[in-house]
Amino acid sequence: MRPILLKGHERPLTFIKYNADGDLIVTCAKDHHPTLWYADTGNRVGTYIGHNGAVWTADITRDSKTLATGSADTSCKLWDVGSGVCFQTFQFDQPVRAVSFAIGDEKMLITTDPFMGVNAAIHIVEITKNREEQTSKILKTISGDGIVNGRLNRVAWGALNETFLTAGEDGVLRVWDVETGKVLHEARDAHKGKPIQHLELSADKTHAITASLDKTAKIFDAQNLELLKTYVADRPVNAAIISPIREHIILGGGQDAMAVTTTSSKAGKFDSKIYHKIFEEEIGGIRGHFGPINALAFCPDGKSFTSGGEDGYARIHHLDNTYFDIK
Amino acid sequence: MAIAEPQTTSKKEDDEISLADSDDMGVDDDAAFALPPTKIEIDPSTGIKTVTEYRVKEDGSKVRSIKRVKVHKVSKTVTKEMLERKNWARFGDAARYKTGDESMTAVSLEEIFLERARLQPKSELEKANDPLKAMASSQTSLLVCRICGKKGDHWTTKCPYKDLAAMGDKPPGSDGPGGDKAGGGAGGYVPPSRRAGASAGEGDSMNRRREENSVRVSNLSEDTREQDLQELFRPFGPVTRIYVAFNRETGESRGFAFVNFVNRDDGQRAIDRLDGFGYDNLILRVEWSAPREERR
Repeated sequence: MRPILLKGHERPLTFIKYNADGDLIVTCAKDHHPTLWYADTGNRVGTYIGHNGAVWTADITRDSKTLATGSADTSCKLWDVGSGVCFQTFQFDQPVRAVSFAIGDEKMLITTDPFMGVNAAIHIVEITKNREEQTSKILKTISGDGIVNGRLNRVAWGALNETFLTAGEDGVLRVWDVETGKVLHEARDAHKGKPIQHLELSADKTHAITASLDKTAKIFDAQNLELLKTYVADRPVNAAIISPIREHIILGGGQDAMAVTTTSSKAGKFDSKIYHKIFEEEIGGIRGHFGPINALAFCPDGKSFTSGGEDGYARIHHLDNTYFDIK
Repeated sequence: MAIAEPQTTSKKEDDEISLADSDDMGVDDDAAFALPPTKIEIDPSTGIKTVTEYRVKEDGSKVRSIKRVKVHKVSKTVTKEMLERKNWARFGDAARYKTGDESMTAVSLEEIFLERARLQPKSELEKANDPLKAMASSQTSLLVCRICGKKGDHWTTKCPYKDLAAMGDKPPGSDGPGGDKAGGGAGGYVPPSRRAGASAGEGDSMNRRREENSVRVSNLSEDTREQDLQELFRPFGPVTRIYVAFNRETGESRGFAFVNFVNRDDGQRAIDRLDGFGYDNLILRVEWSAPREERR
């Protein structure tokens, strides 16, 4: 397998998102320009110019027409995917950390970081079908005061848009009620208090995978947060994804960026690790990055995945028969 | 709606044979006239198309070139929307470049393999067959490491602190925090060479490790890579290092390699099995590597 290297970013990658059809990839990095690529060839389609800070997150609507990005410049922007034109900006007083479109793309969740004495918060906004009617009005804000400690790194809608899940720096996984804004369930000791870097739901929204700096990734029931599986790695885990077609998961991570210069790249454990989802055992690894992996995303067809590293590269892996022959 | 978009990939093999010396095709003023016509043959069983062409070089010599082409057709189903997206105009920073002009995308020069994790059942099987291990588990009092003094955990030869002990030091943890002794103050950075357990000749220990349980494999074919050797030697036991010798100028393999095993027994088994083993049409020679002599 010869991975395709995407060299468009000048700073560490933060987030990668495929569209629903699996033909486009959006990469976010600490430079200010989220970038759109073709998933098969890796050719760059364009960059979204307008943010003035590190871009932490992105999400694409089901019809692949609208892109939402959240940035440390305290704004969340909506873009036309094909032309790179920003048509709406949600302005906050705190950096935006995570965004997520609801099923049906009529609502969107935005989380903002704790900043200047204000705690982390979750905002719900409405996305209108007609772009001319789109406003920057915020429907509802759920404050994390007294509940959340630290940043909320990821947010994801639960089944039927009735709940949403959050995970963050305090290492606690929570299920919230969208209507009341109350916490329904929480897994306090999900990751021994270590930050959860990534949270993602399976395609059918029945279970969620978390990746944490406590060197594990775990799968929880998305409704009652019952711990189902634990994948033990030998490195802090920054990202974990579930294969849409096989009983596999992929983790990526690596030692802290701070410790990178004092160890060799081999000792840094910058490879993506494939684990068996059910048996929790390691199947293999794919090397390539020379910095910790910050982001992973599976193509919806399950035949390729993309990783993004602290080294500023994204790599598209079109998996070959050595992967598909694994029993 | 789905429409099929066929993609064509082809492999070409060029094979040039000079016919300049043959009598029936001597150099002629009207050379092109004498050239046999281009022949195209298609093998129906394999689908390989063979094109035989004749041409005249600038110096007047005639050349027959045979081109073998195999066409793989990969059809992919795309939706109308996806096809439309394929033709999007570039925007943002990408708008300055024409299609294919950018150097933002590159295909990895290095072939990346899925490196399989060591399979658990195999090692368990080995454990069961290993009489030493069996003894270790049944008679724990018998097993005392002479280096670190730990009971029932490992044999002296397999002590993880072996290298440290050779330098006359106790393993870290057995004599208080290592950093204090080496000076440099509490909390300060202590370079690895100044840390406890790395007093003298750390370069020597590097060399020793390199030569430990090192197996020399020779008569390798030119296109043998580390990955191939990994597959070949991994079944015998854990391997710490594989080094394939390459010629620095030409980049060609020099036909030999070194494989280091964690355990000497594994190395011996590999030698017993693989010495004289047929690999890539060549007969391998596998032996313990001689300690490296001082370089002249």
